[in-house]
Amino acid sequence: MPAVQETIDRVKAIDVDQYKYGFVTEIESERGAKGLSEETIRFLSAKKNEPDWMTEWRLDALRRFRQMEEPTWARVSYPKIDFNELYYWASPKSVEGPKSLDEVDPELLATYAKLGIPLSEQEILAGVEPKNRVAVDAVFDSVSVVTTFKDELKKAGVIFCSISEALREYPDLVKKYLGSVVPVTDNYYATLNSAVFSDGSFVYVPEGVRCPMELSTYFRINEQNTGQFERTLIIAEKGAYVSYLEGCTAPQRDENQLHAAVVELIALDDAEIKYSTVQNWFPGDKDGKGGIYNFVTKRGDCRGKNSKISWTQVETGSAITWKYPSCILRGDNSRGEFYSIAVSNGHQQIDSGTKMIHLGKNTSSRVISKGISAGKSENTYRGLISAHRKASHARNFTQCDSLLIGQECGAHTVPYIESKNASAQFEHEATTSKISDDQMFYCQQRGLSEEEAVALIVNGFVKDVIQQLPMEFAVEAQKLISISLEGSVG
Amino acid sequence: MNASAPIKNTQAEDDLIARFDAGRDQLAGSADVSARREAAVGQIRDRGLPHRRVEEYKYSDLRAFMKSAAPLAPKADVAAARDVLQATDCFSGLDRYRIVIANGDFQPELSDVEPLAAEGVSLTDFNELLSGPDGATNLAFPKTGPQDGTVALNTAFIQGGVALSVGEGKVVTKPVEVVHVASAEGAAVTRSRIDLAKGAQLRLLETFIGDTGDGELNAVFDYQVADGATLATTRLVVGNARSARLLTSIATLGADATFKSLGFIAGTRFARNQQFVNFTGENSEAKIYGVSMAGGEDLADQTLIVDHAVPHCNSREFFKTVLDGRAKGVYQGRINVAPHAQKTDGEMMTQALLLSEEAEMANKPELEIFADDVLCAHGATSGEIDEDLLFYLRARGIPEAEARTLLVLAFLSEAIEEFGEEYVTEGLEERVRDWLASH
Repeated sequence: MPAVQETIDRVKAIDVDQYKYGFVTEIESERGAKGLSEETIRFLSAKKNEPDWMTEWRLDALRRFRQMEEPTWARVSYPKIDFNELYYWASPKSVEGPKSLDEVDPELLATYAKLGIPLSEQEILAGVEPKNRVAVDAVFDSVSVVTTFKDELKKAGVIFCSISEALREYPDLVKKYLGSVVPVTDNYYATLNSAVFSDGSFVYVPEGVRCPMELSTYFRINEQNTGQFERTLIIAEKGAYVSYLEGCTAPQRDENQLHAAVVELIALDDAEIKYSTVQNWFPGDKDGKGGIYNFVTKRGDCRGKNSKISWTQVETGSAITWKYPSCILRGDNSRGEFYSIAVSNGHQQIDSGTKMIHLGKNTSSRVISKGISAGKSENTYRGLISAHRKASHARNFTQCDSLLIGQECGAHTVPYIESKNASAQFEHEATTSKISDDQMFYCQQRGLSEEEAVALIVNGFVKDVIQQLPMEFAVEAQKLISISLEGSVG
Repeated sequence: MNASAPIKNTQAEDDLIARFDAGRDQLAGSADVSARREAAVGQIRDRGLPHRRVEEYKYSDLRAFMKSAAPLAPKADVAAARDVLQATDCFSGLDRYRIVIANGDFQPELSDVEPLAAEGVSLTDFNELLSGPDGATNLAFPKTGPQDGTVALNTAFIQGGVALSVGEGKVVTKPVEVVHVASAEGAAVTRSRIDLAKGAQLRLLETFIGDTGDGELNAVFDYQVADGATLATTRLVVGNARSARLLTSIATLGADATFKSLGFIAGTRFARNQQFVNFTGENSEAKIYGVSMAGGEDLADQTLIVDHAVPHCNSREFFKTVLDGRAKGVYQGRINVAPHAQKTDGEMMTQALLLSEEAEMANKPELEIFADDVLCAHGATSGEIDEDLLFYLRARGIPEAEARTLLVLAFLSEAIEEFGEEYVTEGLEERVRDWLASH
């Protein structure tokens, strides 16, 4: 109940059509590498002091990208993107060389503070229980500005740094795993990302280690006309455990900005990775102007026996979302989970879902997807559950529910369920409905206003997923949902 | 689809183009019908037969399956057709009227024309409609844009068919069987139109007998169900045909109409039963059922698109699939709800039972919803026979094989019984048993 009250207060406190994180940080920054070309890639690669093999890898991706066609199957529409008008590199000028908190531009720290992401280790240490500490990697436009708690993590043997740093410090690890889950030519945007990715996080949890704190990356797009192409690679060795959170925001601008990320997770025997996202890129204004194009490839590979990968996402932002966090269940007894809340309002378009590819024996997966569409938005769930010949006794349960608020929105469900093994047991259920008059009547009869009643019912609707989020995120997510739906009632 | 270079035609496509060029003068129809046929062949030439890269045929690659295309079947010999009819009866013992289409052509002399006329049912050769001044209006397919590949293949080669209309308020007392007979090998391509005037009621059976050899069977049914009318139709696609069985129905429902259909597929090498249901009047109801059984290398595809274009309509879809051997089952269903189709109630269920290691099932139940005040749901399951149930039966002394038969029969009967047309229940369950006995 307190959370519900908070949601309502939140809704009241905020004006219609107000994206909270729409401010621009006035910071001197450097922008380079306009247009998609070999020079751009060489420039990028040089800027980051990458090894030669990496440069070649990128150039190869570019060559392949040029031969690919943009996919059209998703239920989203947007004008053609001119990749030559984009800047592929933007960085605050003050970020150069080795980074420690003391050297970070106070303007940047202020920006993150404003976003509710304190980057100071001291502050977190002071008042909060140790288990609630979160190590943060802050990515600002194309570069990682700071990573907190590095030393403490190092003691535990955990590597948590920007991918650029990992390329310099741990090239062998990166080389071994990069592109092993999402191949260079996996899809149009993944190939683009492989060619021009700028920064992102790298996590390596050694054998048997339970990562002592939550890891988190906070992505912020600030510059105009830039694309953000981050790349995240998380490796959990045998028996390791890591929980990783990702958050994103961007300023309110009239033009559309591109965000094409690739995330690869690798879980070896008995390892577990929990990946949570709260995506709140600028969704565009009430007339559908501006906003982020969020074209993301996220995939986890349960490579080892008894491994587990869990995706939890709360999607409220972006003008267009095109994202299917997936699990390849290769190891026997491995498990994949996908919990998603996708809220669309205004003119947003979401085409999101998951893929669970069962390859190993006794693999199991669970998919819970809750879509809420309001305003003039389109919200599509698209998912694939497949069991291959050898995936005996694979199990899947899928539930995708859609809630429609208003008469001009759409909610769609496109599941593909392919079973090539008799002992695989698949269950899928989906519903689409609006908030029933009975439920509304019940609430209102007990003295709740219409808006309160909607908030209460929506919160109930998404509860299954919210419960899966780490505590700090759950509160954040609940607030976000109320903000996104704001203005849709009545 | 991305515009791409012209495709290289397959042997089957070349055969089809040659078939058209050779037979175009014999194919009936006014000038506008000929133009539509021409365009349909053009579609096959330019885009090829439907293949796995066409989303609707993702799991049923007709282009890969059809290695060649046989010529159209010759005009039927009435005596030969009569022999086939006598040899095979899909609903033996059932009191019914019969309409016979042999080798693609309507056969009045083999059909119960007079008794049907007495019931208020008139029959016309579909070719007469095609040859009329507005012939092409009878080819109307409710979707705009590119035609469905199976329907294009039909349009190009329609040999004939029957146009049946039931007069206003007439309730036909006995079921009517439209039996498609192949008395000689060759492709059989038919188009039939079933018109129910206001308040009319009809129970229809659609059957296909005889051997078309390497020729494909392609039948399209256009059901026009007017306000307050009721149509129940059972389609039986059975037998060991080695060529493709392609069945399409397009149902257009008026207000307060009821439409029920059951598509029954058993033991056919490549069968696709696709149905398009369009609501055009309020307070109507559609109940669509499917039963598929496939073994060996069979493919059984049930595809369905229900278009809720108006408010206050209900639809129920319930599909059951049993697979054995290396067979492949496909269910693709989509419920569309248009922006103003408020108060729509749609429910879709697909369940598959895999009896062998190598069988595979693809389920794709879709919802596409643009109205907010709706209740739509779908469910999909697939799995093997529950060992607990099997154990329960065996513990009571039922031998394993018999227990399995019982469980499969119970599984499939759920759909047959919910369909609720009792005159077919027994016959269909008999067929399920036969199929199980042979697998």
